[in-house]
Amino acid sequence: MSSNQNILVKLKDAGFKINDKWLVQGVSLQVEKGKIVTLIGPNGSGKSTTAKIALGIYKKIEGAVEKFTNNVGYVPQKISIDWTLPLRVHDFMVLTENLKSETIDEALSLTGVIHLKDKNLGDLSGGEFQRVLLARAISKKPDLLVLDEPVQGVDFTGEIALYELIKKISDELNCGILLISHDLHTVMSATDHVVCLNGHVCCSGSPTDVAKNDEYKALFGEQASQILSRYEHKHDHIHTDEGKIKKN
Amino acid sequence: MFDDFFIRALVAGIGVALVTGPLGCFVIWRRLSYFGDTLAHSALLGVTLAFTMEFNIALSVFIISSLIALTLIQLQKRTNLPGDALLGLLAHSSLAVGLVVIGFLTFIRFDIMGLLFGDILAVTVDDLLIIWIGGAIILLILKLIWKPLFASTVNYELAEAEGLNPDRAKAIFTILMAAIIAISIKMVGLLLITGMLIIPAAMARNISTSPQKMVVYSIIGGLLSVILGLFSSLEFNTSSGPSIITAALLLFILSMFKIKQTIKLKN
Repeated sequence: MSSNQNILVKLKDAGFKINDKWLVQGVSLQVEKGKIVTLIGPNGSGKSTTAKIALGIYKKIEGAVEKFTNNVGYVPQKISIDWTLPLRVHDFMVLTENLKSETIDEALSLTGVIHLKDKNLGDLSGGEFQRVLLARAISKKPDLLVLDEPVQGVDFTGEIALYELIKKISDELNCGILLISHDLHTVMSATDHVVCLNGHVCCSGSPTDVAKNDEYKALFGEQASQILSRYEHKHDHIHTDEGKIKKN
Repeated sequence: MFDDFFIRALVAGIGVALVTGPLGCFVIWRRLSYFGDTLAHSALLGVTLAFTMEFNIALSVFIISSLIALTLIQLQKRTNLPGDALLGLLAHSSLAVGLVVIGFLTFIRFDIMGLLFGDILAVTVDDLLIIWIGGAIILLILKLIWKPLFASTVNYELAEAEGLNPDRAKAIFTILMAAIIAISIKMVGLLLITGMLIIPAAMARNISTSPQKMVVYSIIGGLLSVILGLFSSLEFNTSSGPSIITAALLLFILSMFKIKQTIKLKN
C-alpha cells in the first residue's frame, strides 16, 4: 500500500485484559498519514480499549504497539473533570501544549464555540463541551488524532458539520485519524478503512468490503449492511438540476 | 538583621508560605489532604531519628516522609485495603512509633509542644537557609513539572495519551510534598502543616476563576496568615502554628462572603 514512513501507529495482535477478562484481543491495524480508520462494533466490543492501546494509555498489553509520533490529539469518550479546579475553556485549550491565542481562537471557531472561550468548563452543556474537546485536540495540529465518539451529544446539524470538519482536517493537516463511531451513516462516506470489532477483529477493509461481510451482517443486521453499501455509489439514480434524486 | 527571633520567624514564615501556596492548590485539586497529613505525622519519626543520630532535622524528616510515601504506594499495590485506611494506618503508626522512641530518649529534653505546633523561638539562621534554599528548589522543580502535573490533574488519560508522562510528574510531586513538610515543620508544627497547605488554597478556590489566579491568591492568603498569625502569636503568647492556621481560617471565612455573592449572581 504505502511506504512505512507514513505509518503513525501500528497495532500487531494487540490485546488487553483486566483480571483475566479480555477487553479486546488480537487487534492488528495501522493508521497512516492522511487516512481515516474507523472502529465500529457493538457496546463493549473493545473500541475504546483499542484506542487506548494505540495511545499507550494501557501499558501491560499483549502483542505489540508501535507509535511513531508523540504529537497526538485525543478526544476521549468519557472524561471526568474534577470541578474543584477553576478551569475556563481557554485554560483547557492549553492543557497539554502552549498555543498562541490566535491558534486557540481559530480552533474554537472551527468547532463553533468561540463565544464560550471565557466560560467556566463546568458550566458547558454536553454538546458544547464535546465541541471544546474536539477544538482542543485539533488546535495543536497533531500528526495523529484519536477521536472516541467525538460528536456524542452534539445536535444533528452540528454532527454533520463536525464530521465534515474532521474530514477537512485530515486533508489539510495530512494527519491520520483513528475514529470511533457508531453512526454508520455519517462516518462511512469519509472513512478509508473500517475495522469491525467484537472483542476481536471480526472483519476489516474498505467500507464496501465490510458491508458485504457476513460477520458484519450478523453483528449489525441486514439494515446496517444496506447503510454501508449506500456509499458504494452504485449509480442507480441520477441527480437532477434541482438537486433531487430521480430513480433510473 | 536576623538577630531578632521575631524577624527570623517572619522571614521563615514568608518563605514557607511562598511554597505552600502553589503546592496547596495541587493538594486540593488532587485530593491529597490526608496524604499530606500522613506525611506530616510520619515527620515525628524523622525528628526523633535526627536527635538520636545527631543528624539534620529537615533532611531526616525529608527522608522518612519520602520512605513513608513509597511504602504507601507499595501497600496500595499489594493489599486490597482502601486508600484512606492505608493512610490512617501509616499516619498513626508512624506517629505512635515516633512518640515511643521519644519515650526512650530520656537523655534529651524534648519540646513536644514545639514539635507538634511549631515554635517561633526555635527558628535559627540555619533554618532560614534551609527554608529559602529548599523552598526555591521546590518551586523550581514544581515549575518544571507544572504542565504534565496540571494536565494529569485535569485528566490523566489525556496527559498520558498526548505524551506528557504523568506518572513521573506524580512521583516528583510526592517528593516535593515530603520536602515542604521537612522545611516547614519548625514553623507550623507537624500537626498543622497540612492546614497551611489546604486552608489558604481553599480560600483561594472561593475567589478565583482560573488555576493561575488560585495559585496567586493562595500565596497571598498564606503570606497574610503568616504575618497575622505571627504578630498575634507574639501578642498573645500562643504557639506559632495554631496562630497562623487560625489566621488562615479567618481569611477563609471572609472568602465565603465572596462565594455567596457569586452564587447569588448565578441564580
